[in-house]
Amino acid sequence: MNANLRRNWLLQGIASVGDCGLFFVAVLGALPKSLRHWRETCRQVWFVGAMSLVIVMTCGLFVGMVLALQLYYTLSIFGGTAALGTVVALSLFRELGPVVTALLVAGRAGTAVTAEIGLMRATDQIDAMGMMAVDPLAYVASPRFLAGVIAMPLLACVFNAMGIFGGHLVGVTWLGLDNGTFWGNMTSTVSLHRDILDGLYKSIVFGGIVSLIAVFQGYTAPPTSEGVAYSTTRTVVFSSIVILAFDFVMTAFMT
Amino acid sequence: MNPRPSYAIGTGLFILLGFAALAYLATQTTSVANGIASGNTYTLKARFQNIGQLKARAPVKIAGVRIGDVQSIALEPQRMDALVTLSIDKQYNDIPDDSSAAIFTSGLLGDQYVGIEPGGSPTFLKNGDEMVLTQSAMSIENLIGKFLVNGGPKSSSSDSAPASSAPPASGHP
Repeated sequence: MNANLRRNWLLQGIASVGDCGLFFVAVLGALPKSLRHWRETCRQVWFVGAMSLVIVMTCGLFVGMVLALQLYYTLSIFGGTAALGTVVALSLFRELGPVVTALLVAGRAGTAVTAEIGLMRATDQIDAMGMMAVDPLAYVASPRFLAGVIAMPLLACVFNAMGIFGGHLVGVTWLGLDNGTFWGNMTSTVSLHRDILDGLYKSIVFGGIVSLIAVFQGYTAPPTSEGVAYSTTRTVVFSSIVILAFDFVMTAFMT
Repeated sequence: MNPRPSYAIGTGLFILLGFAALAYLATQTTSVANGIASGNTYTLKARFQNIGQLKARAPVKIAGVRIGDVQSIALEPQRMDALVTLSIDKQYNDIPDDSSAAIFTSGLLGDQYVGIEPGGSPTFLKNGDEMVLTQSAMSIENLIGKFLVNGGPKSSSSDSAPASSAPPASGHP
C-alpha cells in the first residue's frame, strides 16, 4: 500500500516533468505566432523587467558592498587587498549577478505571472480565448516566456553595474584602497568574452527557466484559490532549485 | 497609427538602461578600458628593460604621493624594450627633466608602481617628453637565481674556509 502510494507519487513527479517539457515545446512552437502580439510581449517586458529594476538595483548595490567588505577582510589576511576589484568583478559577473537576479525575478515577477495565469484559468478566460479562436499559448504563454528571456540578461547587467559601483564605494571610498589599483587590476583580469558574456549566457538560460516554470505552473494550476496559491509557491521553490542546479552545471561546462 | 501604450516608454527606458549597463561593464571593467585617457593630464614616456608585473593604470608616485597613472605599455620592436606611457596630472607640471623613473613594488608581494625620483635640473619635462634615466623592475626570481648560482658551488667547495655568505652555519663547531 505504502510502496504503491510512493510509486504513484514518483510517477506523478516524473509525469509533471514530462508535461513541463512538452509545454516548453508547445511554447516554442507558438513563438512565431506570438510575434503578432508583440505589444503583449512589450507589456510583459515592462512588467518583468522595468518593474523589477528597483529591487534589482537595490540588491545589486548591497551585494557589491557586502562582497567588497567581506573580501577585503579575507584578502587582507594574505596581504592581497590589491586584488579586491578583480575578485568583486569576477564573482559578480560569473556567479552572483546571474543567479541572484534570477532568484529575485522568480520571487517578484514569476509569482505574479503564475497567479495571473492561474486566475485566468480559474475564471475560464483561457478557455474563452480558445472559443474566440485566439491561441492562448500564443497570446498568454509565449509572450511571457519571451519577455523573461529578454529581460533577465538586461537586469543582470544592471545588477552587475550596481554591484561594481557598491564594491567601489566600499573598497575605494570607505576602506581607502587606491582607485587606480582597484580598476587597473580589474580591467587587466576581467575578459569581455570569458567573464561578461558567459554570465550573460547564464542569465539568458535562467530567464528561460524562470519564465517557463512560472507560465507552466500558472497554466496547470488547479482552478481553485488553494490551487493557485500552491502553484505560486511551487514556482518559487522549483525556480530556485532548478536555477542553482543549472548554475552548477553551466559553470562546470564553461570553466 | 494607434497611440502608443503608456508602458512602451517604460519598456524602452528599461531596455536602454540594460544596454547602457552592458556597455558600461564591457568598456569600463574589462581590458577595453585601458585605451581611454582622461582629460586633465599630460603624458610622459619612459623605456624600461623589464617592467616585471607592471600593469596599465598602475599608480605613478613621487615621494609616495600619487601624481598619475600608467596609460599604456607597449613593446618597442627595434630596441626590444618596454615603452611605458605615463599620464600625469596637469598640476604636477614641474618635474625636472633629469628625473629618473623606477618600478617599485609596494610591500614584498604587493602590486607594482612607477616611482619618479626628482632631479635638480631647472628645466621641466613637457607633454610627450621621454625620461632617459630608468631603472627596471627588480625581479625576485632573478635575485634568487643569482644567489643560488653564486652561492651553491662556493658553499660546497670551501668546506674548510668559513664562507662569508653564511657565517652562522660555519661558526658552528
